[in-house]
Amino acid sequence: MTDERVKQISKFRQAMIRPELGAIAGAVLVFVFFFMIAGDSGMFAPSGIQNWTVVSAQFAIIAVGACLLMITGEFDLSIGSMIGFAGIIIAILSVQWGWPVWLAIITTFIICIALGALNGFLVIKTGLPSFIVTLAFLYILRGLTIWLAIITTHKTIIGGVKQVAEGDWLAPVFGGTILTGLFQWFADMGLIDTYSRGNRIGQPVVEGVPMLVVWALGLIIFGQWLLTKTRFGNWIFAAGGDPQAARYVGVPVNRVKMLMFMFTAFCACVFATAQVIEFGSAAADRGLLKEFEAIICVVIGGALLTGGYGSVVGAALGALIFGVVQQGLFFSGAESSLFRVFLGTILILAVILNTYIRRMITGER
Amino acid sequence: MTTPLIEMKNIEKHFGPVIALGGVSFDVRPGECHCLLGDNGAGKSTFIKTMSGVHKPSKGKILFEGKEMNFNSPRDSMNAGIATVYQDLAMIPLMSVTRNFWMGNEPLKKFGPISIMDFKKANEVTMAEMKEMGINLREPGQAVGTLSGGERQTVAIARAVYFGAKLLILDEPTSALGVRQTANVLANIDKVRKQGIAVVFITHNVRHAMAVGDRFTVLNRGKTLGTAVKGEITPEELQDLMAGGQSIAKLEGSLGGTV
Repeated sequence: MTDERVKQISKFRQAMIRPELGAIAGAVLVFVFFFMIAGDSGMFAPSGIQNWTVVSAQFAIIAVGACLLMITGEFDLSIGSMIGFAGIIIAILSVQWGWPVWLAIITTFIICIALGALNGFLVIKTGLPSFIVTLAFLYILRGLTIWLAIITTHKTIIGGVKQVAEGDWLAPVFGGTILTGLFQWFADMGLIDTYSRGNRIGQPVVEGVPMLVVWALGLIIFGQWLLTKTRFGNWIFAAGGDPQAARYVGVPVNRVKMLMFMFTAFCACVFATAQVIEFGSAAADRGLLKEFEAIICVVIGGALLTGGYGSVVGAALGALIFGVVQQGLFFSGAESSLFRVFLGTILILAVILNTYIRRMITGER
Repeated sequence: MTTPLIEMKNIEKHFGPVIALGGVSFDVRPGECHCLLGDNGAGKSTFIKTMSGVHKPSKGKILFEGKEMNFNSPRDSMNAGIATVYQDLAMIPLMSVTRNFWMGNEPLKKFGPISIMDFKKANEVTMAEMKEMGINLREPGQAVGTLSGGERQTVAIARAVYFGAKLLILDEPTSALGVRQTANVLANIDKVRKQGIAVVFITHNVRHAMAVGDRFTVLNRGKTLGTAVKGEITPEELQDLMAGGQSIAKLEGSLGGTV
């Protein structure tokens, strides 16, 4: 006996009704919009594409961590401060203390992941909302970052990382480009413009795929795989959906939350390292407001703020929307303050759409 | 008479100065549905939580299959074969039926050092088990939130049985349900009992208890008021016991015997 009140759902509808639908619709909308208003500005030429891809990839790296953490039912508001902190630590260790860059990077990763674990430990042990605990770390880490930069160099910007990173084996993993041969070949075929003057004559304007983009894709694929295909992914959903129910059937909720705090810190550290290697410098004010930008990407991507529901691919699409809008308004010559207006509007629209879709899927009232 | 699957002997539980349980003894035999009745605050929840490993008893012994048990966590009791279905914590509505069904026991498929969840197997088993219990799912990926309250309890019962529970503790499974859903859940309790599983059914509804129970134990203020066998007690007597005797007579008088 099938319940006559449950309507048969067509394959098409079934394929459409998914957590990422809001983000997919938003991404399509944003691309159509900018194709119309900025189609001839070079935004969709190879160098333009590289421009917004890199920005989107930056957002995506922190959004993946924030997404998985939010699905376990927790927030990390210290992501932005962690980015500034990690950058300054790398610069102090490598430039001021003269450590090899690879050692500085690995040490920084260890410190950041330990701080993520401390965040998680405090949340789990005290039972306080992660909103408050990580808000405290937003201030603690930012303050420490500025203080450390000033006592070691009397400045808040530490340069010279590029010089010390020369020839290092680990730095290119965060700062280089790959597939340069392929892109040279594209240029030779005339698919990509080449420089016509200067010392890089004959080289393509886009020299390859930046490692930042490779990291972003890698983290997105890993995150989506972890969440949807593994046992641990089931525990992530369970920990956020109802921690008590999950504990009663033996899910190690505390361990899951702890690991996700550490993973979020890891993502922030990847972001920071790539930025430091690319710019060749670290600044104490880097990463400002990044925690909110990450959360916006995740929410546009269809995740529920209270946990238990969400999608890594959705969060990545949220990051793409974010990056395209930010750079697109620049390409179209619009007033840059409009970026925020536009972003806020998209946020509201996406969340409304996502709420409807979620109710359709989960039967919430 | 078969030997009891679980025996609780003189269980006491103190929370600071409060004596929640003052020496409760209780046993369940395989294939039996033992109803635990009592008004709010009688200690039913505390009692089953000592059985399921959430609380450690302050005094008393738990014998499971004749061996003395010392549960430190719900995991311990689960490994022994005790499954508890909580009224409001049975399922996570945002997750799919399959994900809920296998939560904590996910089937794995190995690829070298990496193992992933075997969704094909998980989905097939879930669909089959649900059909067995009389629930026709549209698809295994359907969220639990789309199921009715009775169906959710049934999924939880099916899950416990599938994972080899010898003792199934049901914490007020019918208290929030409508008439038809209640009938469904009671029918499923009956089905489970006939498979030889021991069932502890907590309720404060005498009619629901009478429908499936073999024995009835009434708790009041942390103590047992005795155990009765089916056929030796009337619903009215049970009702009186639950309410603590005299007061119900007055109450019932003013309500015309409808309680």
